[in-house]
Amino acid sequence: MPDIFDIYLIEALINGVLLGGVLALLALGLNLIFGVIDVVWICYAELIMLGMYGMFFLFKIYHVPFLLAAVLCIAGVGVLGVVLHLLVIAPLLGAAPINQLLATGGVLFFLQSAATVMFGIDFRNLGIRLPVLAVADMYISYARLLAFGAALAGMVVLYLFLARTYTGTAIRAISQDRQIMPLMGVDARRIYIITSAIGGALAGLAATLLVLQYDVHPFIGLTFGPTTFMICVLGGLGNMVGGFVASFIFAEIISVSGLYLDLEWGYVFAFGFFIAMMFARPQGLMARRS
Amino acid sequence: MSRALPWVIGAALVALPFVYHEPYPLHLLVIVLIWSFMYTSWSVMGRFGLVSLGHGGFMGIGAYVTALLWNDFHLTPWIGIPIAMLVVAFVALLIAWPCFRFRIVGHYFALVTLALSAIVLQVITAARDLTGGSLGYTPQRYNGGSSVFALQFTDKTTWYLIALGVWGVGLLVRYRVDRSMLRYALEAIAEDEDAAAAAGVHVTWEKLKITLLSAAMTALAGALYCQYQMFISPDTVSGISVSLQMVFASVVGGIYVLLGPTIGAFITILLAEVLRVGFGTGAVGWDNIIYGSLLVMFIIFLPQGLVGTLQAKFARVSTARA
Repeated sequence: MPDIFDIYLIEALINGVLLGGVLALLALGLNLIFGVIDVVWICYAELIMLGMYGMFFLFKIYHVPFLLAAVLCIAGVGVLGVVLHLLVIAPLLGAAPINQLLATGGVLFFLQSAATVMFGIDFRNLGIRLPVLAVADMYISYARLLAFGAALAGMVVLYLFLARTYTGTAIRAISQDRQIMPLMGVDARRIYIITSAIGGALAGLAATLLVLQYDVHPFIGLTFGPTTFMICVLGGLGNMVGGFVASFIFAEIISVSGLYLDLEWGYVFAFGFFIAMMFARPQGLMARRS
Repeated sequence: MSRALPWVIGAALVALPFVYHEPYPLHLLVIVLIWSFMYTSWSVMGRFGLVSLGHGGFMGIGAYVTALLWNDFHLTPWIGIPIAMLVVAFVALLIAWPCFRFRIVGHYFALVTLALSAIVLQVITAARDLTGGSLGYTPQRYNGGSSVFALQFTDKTTWYLIALGVWGVGLLVRYRVDRSMLRYALEAIAEDEDAAAAAGVHVTWEKLKITLLSAAMTALAGALYCQYQMFISPDTVSGISVSLQMVFASVVGGIYVLLGPTIGAFITILLAEVLRVGFGTGAVGWDNIIYGSLLVMFIIFLPQGLVGTLQAKFARVSTARA
């Protein structure tokens, strides 16, 4: 079976791993927010879209150096996360979870069309052409490699923060038991705000990486959004390890089917896999069987 | 008086196009009625806490199956639409049965059904040899675009009457559901699934019934939309935006009252039209900015919706008087 091991397949597999890194980063932010605040930000990908526009304007129009622009962007989207929490989520904390989800759906509409009004529907990019790595007849995009590396680094930093600091411990504790932690002297409101800021910052980090590979337009969120939600549900909402594993499975399905068929079919297969898995493991991939 | 009122209003609505036949307002009314029927279909299940974001997918399948059967097999929509409704009901069964069986509820259910609308959007786009992809799809005109056989009419009055009839049937279906045992079963399930099951309610089956009903109605709405507009594209009949739009309009009107989704359709469509006519292309996007912020504010301040809140106010006033 010489076809199975052909060089294109290996290239697709490697690209899948690289895509998986970025998807894992996206899923991580959403999972963190869900795990701690018990809210799904349907508009998560729209925050990424705004971050990408931020990068475009800072870097391309105002000629801010890339790294500084990236830092500003991550901080900016982090602030947006806090604003979103204070304006929309905080008043709804006691409401039915589905209402919170729908309210962020309203934010999705709002951000998408605000971007249309402010920036127009043109496709924009940074105009950076990163070199393509040629390894043993395979072509691997440097931008993807960079995104993969930065995504992994971001995840490690987050892990250390959650595992080693007092605030991180409080965040993990609150995600385990929402009722008891305020009695233990943890200020839940403060933890929610910090979590929203981190979730937003992760979206900002994703934006700085994605803007190297994709053109920005107001509807770019619809490209990443559904995939991210499905990965999170597949891994078990709030389960960060599950989300991590699911990202790579998803990315491989997209990448490898994209090799044999169109890219859209890659997504179709990945989404189909998602639905099939919901039947097999409704609580997520990593759920313990009860 | 209150018994006769629906009949009087109904008769007035039927008589309207014969007295007043300006094409543009009639066109708006047809659009409002088709979408009202769609939102009503969504609210049939949405009001029981079964928030589906898959209805964009159901609408897309309904529209595309009808149009494809007509263009490729010359099958009249009179047969094509029932087939499309069956296909959609089958897809709904495929998604909903495991969901209900494994008790995927609340926002999990919303996200799984969201996957469905994303898949339908991707499949329509990817199967571009068949569906024209993102460029859209047009049912072939038959007999100059005016034929009962092809369900194509050029005059607005006919379309108005069709849309009015379908909308009326939609309201009737919801009215009947509201007065059936199914409603009590589903309300019990929405409160507490375990308690409902313990009281002898077949949770999975009751939920499936309402879901299949709602999905098939949505397919009909999608097919009608396609027959009326004579053009569909993946983005206008499927995907998350369409699903969210259904939720949004229903929530604004109020999902717990019969006419809520209809009022929601009126408000949203007229708002979009006013902006479009008033500001032209400069208004692109503004309607959605307003929708988005309204949706957030409604969920925070008026979760009962406009009609629901007014009704509750009136009820309070009349009980205070009594």
